[in-house]
Amino acid sequence: MKLNLKIWRQKGPDSTGGFETYMVEADEHMSFLEMLDVLNEQLIHEKKEPVAFEHDCREGICGTCNMVIDGRPHGPQQGTTTCQLHMRAYKDGDTITIEPIRAKSFPIIKDLAVDRSSFDRIIQAGGYISVNTGQAPDANAIPIEKDQSSRAFDAATCIGCGACVAACPNGSAMLFTAAKISHLALLPQGKVEHTKRTSKMVAQMDKEGFGMCSNVEACEVECPKEISTDNIARMNRSFLGSIFGSEG
Amino acid sequence: MWIINFLLSSIGRKIIMSLTGLFLCLFLVIHLLGNLQLLVDDGGEAFNSYAYIMTHNPLIKFISIANYFFIGLHAVVGILLYFVNRNAKGSSYAVKTKDNASIASKNMALLGSLILAFLFIHMGDFWLKMKMAKWYPDADWLPLAQSEALGHEVIDLYVRVTTAFDNIWLVLAYLIGQLILSFHLWHGFASAFQTLGLRHKKYTPLISGLGKAFAILIPLGFAIIPIFHYLNILF
Repeated sequence: MKLNLKIWRQKGPDSTGGFETYMVEADEHMSFLEMLDVLNEQLIHEKKEPVAFEHDCREGICGTCNMVIDGRPHGPQQGTTTCQLHMRAYKDGDTITIEPIRAKSFPIIKDLAVDRSSFDRIIQAGGYISVNTGQAPDANAIPIEKDQSSRAFDAATCIGCGACVAACPNGSAMLFTAAKISHLALLPQGKVEHTKRTSKMVAQMDKEGFGMCSNVEACEVECPKEISTDNIARMNRSFLGSIFGSEG
Repeated sequence: MWIINFLLSSIGRKIIMSLTGLFLCLFLVIHLLGNLQLLVDDGGEAFNSYAYIMTHNPLIKFISIANYFFIGLHAVVGILLYFVNRNAKGSSYAVKTKDNASIASKNMALLGSLILAFLFIHMGDFWLKMKMAKWYPDADWLPLAQSEALGHEVIDLYVRVTTAFDNIWLVLAYLIGQLILSFHLWHGFASAFQTLGLRHKKYTPLISGLGKAFAILIPLGFAIIPIFHYLNILF
């Protein structure tokens, strides 16, 4: 299949970028990233600069490969990452527009690669959880209700790809931060420092310059792990608790 | 100070929007209940007496000052958040996608600004004219009427309203205003609860249902008044 690609090219963080058009011959069994690999081979062959894009595991668990395809983070499919999107989702002759994530707190490094270290700093601000070192603890030593552990697990599936920020018209990182707060808050191990963790992580999120949630909920639609905005409500409750809650 | 830090935080600012918004929802209900007296066919007796009480009772006067303050706060913080959020987004995408969120939710600032513009027209039409009657007692735009219930003369706001709604353009402006309000409430009502963290599978469906009903019924209630009046003079 022949495809027309409109790709955002930008030399560096401070240069002005623009769209360039490329033709690529792809196979329907290729993943989206493999199609881009083919394009880069082609560009190298023509002695042109290959398109910079981020990727790592290529099996949907690392979140590195987030890019905005036809206006949607990770492309048109529900609940998948870019690497899990296959060219069978497209037809011969299609034009595909590929852009980097647009958000002030995710500055562009080059082409489709953005700097998402603001997410790392939010995680770091959260601090530690009280778990004893030494021998591996006994399984099931601390009883956890099934529903509760499932909710914690659902929140923990966040891969920090930034699709929520990319989809949000406000460039808000509240779904990410809420998922990270929730997956620890819901478990007894994480509950100990929970209140402090919430206020520190929210403060860091604000410091990084992310926007504010106006409950548009596009993040939930675009999240490759389908993380629910229930978590944002939980974060808001937890934040209110960290300010107005009783001390004892 | 902790309270200042809280109110300046992202979640704090959203909570200001949420609480002021919910207060204004309550105000809409009271305002509508009062206005529905315009539909009573008594030459304005009920409505005029009600309008007199609303502007002369000290407790209601106090609440109305709070109401102006909350309208102002909701508008100012809302506009501020719009610019902060737009700045956080940076630039937009070349390809726009419509299918991941409702139109109302993505345009709350625009809808809110239009409602504010509507409010200015609305206040100019009725509120300002009524206030000015104090300084221009001989002016003809606000005649007096005898209130049977209160036993003295009151400003005939009923006549003011009915004269205004003789004008088809003003009727249309009010209907458009209500449509905009409906969109704003369609997203705003349930959104306010989400911001407060009030979300649970037991009651969230009820809140969103209530929000949608509120967004339709309240503007519809307001819209009935000019429509009813205009149809009355036509037929």
